[in-house]
Amino acid sequence: MSEQNPTAPKRGHGRLVGKLLVVAVAMFGFGVFAMPPLYDTFCEITGLGQAGIKTAGEVEESAAPRQVKVRFDANTNSKLDWEFRPVQSSMMVTTGEATTALYFAGNPSERDSAGMATFNVSPPKAARYFVKTECFCFTRQELAAGEEREMPVYFFLQPDLPEDIEELTLSYTFFRNEDDDVAQNAP
Amino acid sequence: MSTIASDGTDLGHDTHDAHDDHDHKPEGFLDRWVFTTNHKDIGTLYLVFALLMFFIGGAMAMVIRAELFMPGMQLVRPDFFNQMTTMHALIMVFGAVMPAWVGFANWMIPLQVGAPDMALPRMNNFSFWILPFAFTMLLSTLFMDSGGPAAGWTLYPPLSLQTGSSFAFVVFAVHMMGISSIMGAINIIATIFNMRAPGMTLLRMPLFVWTWLITAFLLIAAMPVLAGAVTMLLTDHFFGTSFFNAAGGGDPVMFQHIFWFFGHPEVYIMILPAFGVVSEILPTFSRKPLFGYAAMVYATASIAFLSFIVWAHHMFTVGMPLEGELFFMYATMLIAVPTGVKVFNWVSTMWKGSMTFETPMLFAIGFVVLFTIGGLSGLMLAITAADLQYHDTYFVVAHFHYVLVPGAVFTLMAGAYYWLPKWTGNMYSERWGKIHFWCSAIFVNVLFFPQHYLGLAGMPRRIPDYSPQFADFNMWSSIGGFAFGASQLIFVGVIIHCVWFSKKKATAQVWEGAKGLEWTVPSPAPHHTFTKPPVVDDTMVAHADEAH
Repeated sequence: MSEQNPTAPKRGHGRLVGKLLVVAVAMFGFGVFAMPPLYDTFCEITGLGQAGIKTAGEVEESAAPRQVKVRFDANTNSKLDWEFRPVQSSMMVTTGEATTALYFAGNPSERDSAGMATFNVSPPKAARYFVKTECFCFTRQELAAGEEREMPVYFFLQPDLPEDIEELTLSYTFFRNEDDDVAQNAP
Repeated sequence: MSTIASDGTDLGHDTHDAHDDHDHKPEGFLDRWVFTTNHKDIGTLYLVFALLMFFIGGAMAMVIRAELFMPGMQLVRPDFFNQMTTMHALIMVFGAVMPAWVGFANWMIPLQVGAPDMALPRMNNFSFWILPFAFTMLLSTLFMDSGGPAAGWTLYPPLSLQTGSSFAFVVFAVHMMGISSIMGAINIIATIFNMRAPGMTLLRMPLFVWTWLITAFLLIAAMPVLAGAVTMLLTDHFFGTSFFNAAGGGDPVMFQHIFWFFGHPEVYIMILPAFGVVSEILPTFSRKPLFGYAAMVYATASIAFLSFIVWAHHMFTVGMPLEGELFFMYATMLIAVPTGVKVFNWVSTMWKGSMTFETPMLFAIGFVVLFTIGGLSGLMLAITAADLQYHDTYFVVAHFHYVLVPGAVFTLMAGAYYWLPKWTGNMYSERWGKIHFWCSAIFVNVLFFPQHYLGLAGMPRRIPDYSPQFADFNMWSSIGGFAFGASQLIFVGVIIHCVWFSKKKATAQVWEGAKGLEWTVPSPAPHHTFTKPPVVDDTMVAHADEAH
């Protein structure tokens, strides 16, 4: 049909369409190939985004491993009648090294119950260097009537722990998980 | 038949065409619709598809408003709610508004520039027919085990990367929509540049053609960037790359930059053709030439240019240097200047005109008033310091719905009522058209105006439950939502009546004050028009005072 229009030479479409396609492809390339490096450069200049985050290699080079004393503390909320205490009251921990500590928990009562532990690290400025990789406090814990169990926490101290921290305390408090332990009491 | 064409022979030719019109139409459903290369049939397909998507996306909005009717969780799970907000936006943006505008472009651009068809008719067929497949894929994710996308239409990582394996369907659906839009845009540019009738100089083109020309360039520049962004999401999700993964050296904030580099031009892709339609309708029913035609063209072009340098105003809260925030703030506010020129010119077009208030005119005036409200809240959001408070609240929701619903959707309705007699050959029911307008205009405000207050009071977006303090405004908003949704069924009724039942035939010119090439062909427009190009002069264009 377009051939019938004298204002529309057939070749004209091909060239114009070709040019427009080049623009489209170039814009795709701009998004995928030009934006990421441009953005990286922008971040480096302004110090924004990932440029502020150190990679693992940089951190290890910056600080030598050293020994720090870690104390363990355990509390139970009055609504939860569990026995809960650390197996070791303190230990020496090497920075950057994966470490395991054990807690003991028992349910001396005559009914099954569930608890959830919250944690606290002091001094507060040490908290961001204390990394738990696996912990009983991540999930709800259930103890049947009379059940006793050891609960582990796996952690490490980041190597760039400030020099002035020589001792720190990890403290847990177990609370009764009220939402869930009612389920078993239902008929 | 009333004629305004200066070239008598041309008109005779068209009339002749109309008489044996049926001889040229392909027989059978497959040949007529599936294999069609006719710009009018493809335009109709686009418009019907867009209307269907408008109701699917609208049904999702009803689910959202029903859940938000009262505080607390009543109807749906939070995850499904999130899927609804995400899909509602994707369907409305890519399935309803954009295809509807392409449908208008297909129907009207060849008629308005005096071309026999689009420049690339077979590609035109392809760009429509991949859309049903794209949206089938997108909608099918709702029925998959991992559910539909639920991270918002902006698909921000890392949240969007938590979508299950259905994410691949979302990405490929977006790719297909992008390919469709880019092909459509190329076709429109080629038609406008190469197929204009003799005498149809660039500055004689109707404003709808101008705004679509500029929109098409925005599409070609912006859609590939979105394609790139979702491709990077795809490889991050399935192939272990780390474009946006901080643990692998990437940066999730970079996605926001790339997305909004596409996203901001995208909002003008949805609204520029609306500006064009309003600039056609207001002069017709004011019986005056458009005030400041050339200013309108340049204003549209400046808005298009500015749309590429303001994207970071969507992300003032990510932590940018002060200079960056200031730049994006001032650049954003600068857009108010050309937009203000447009609103001024629309009002001046009506000034001292012999106005009548047929349905298209009502929708166009409704647009001017309500779009301006949306523009004003946009200026408030542009203030960086204030945006930190408004960001991601219902104030933003109210803002962009004001510019998209009484903005883009009202002008789609206006354009549909304006050209429906030309498309079908019948007049629609003016009475029901007006009822449709007044219901829409009242309830759209009941729906969205309270959301301003909710946002200022601190209610966040995209949540299924809220604090009881927000209860009353949400209830009003939901009532407005249901009523607005129901009002749109009137529109369907009006169309069905107009196409199949209306007894009132339309004249060629249809509207007393209408000027332009599309009104020189009979109603309904014959299957083939302008097979012999018309010769255009100043007397035939709507803005004769300024066309030289």
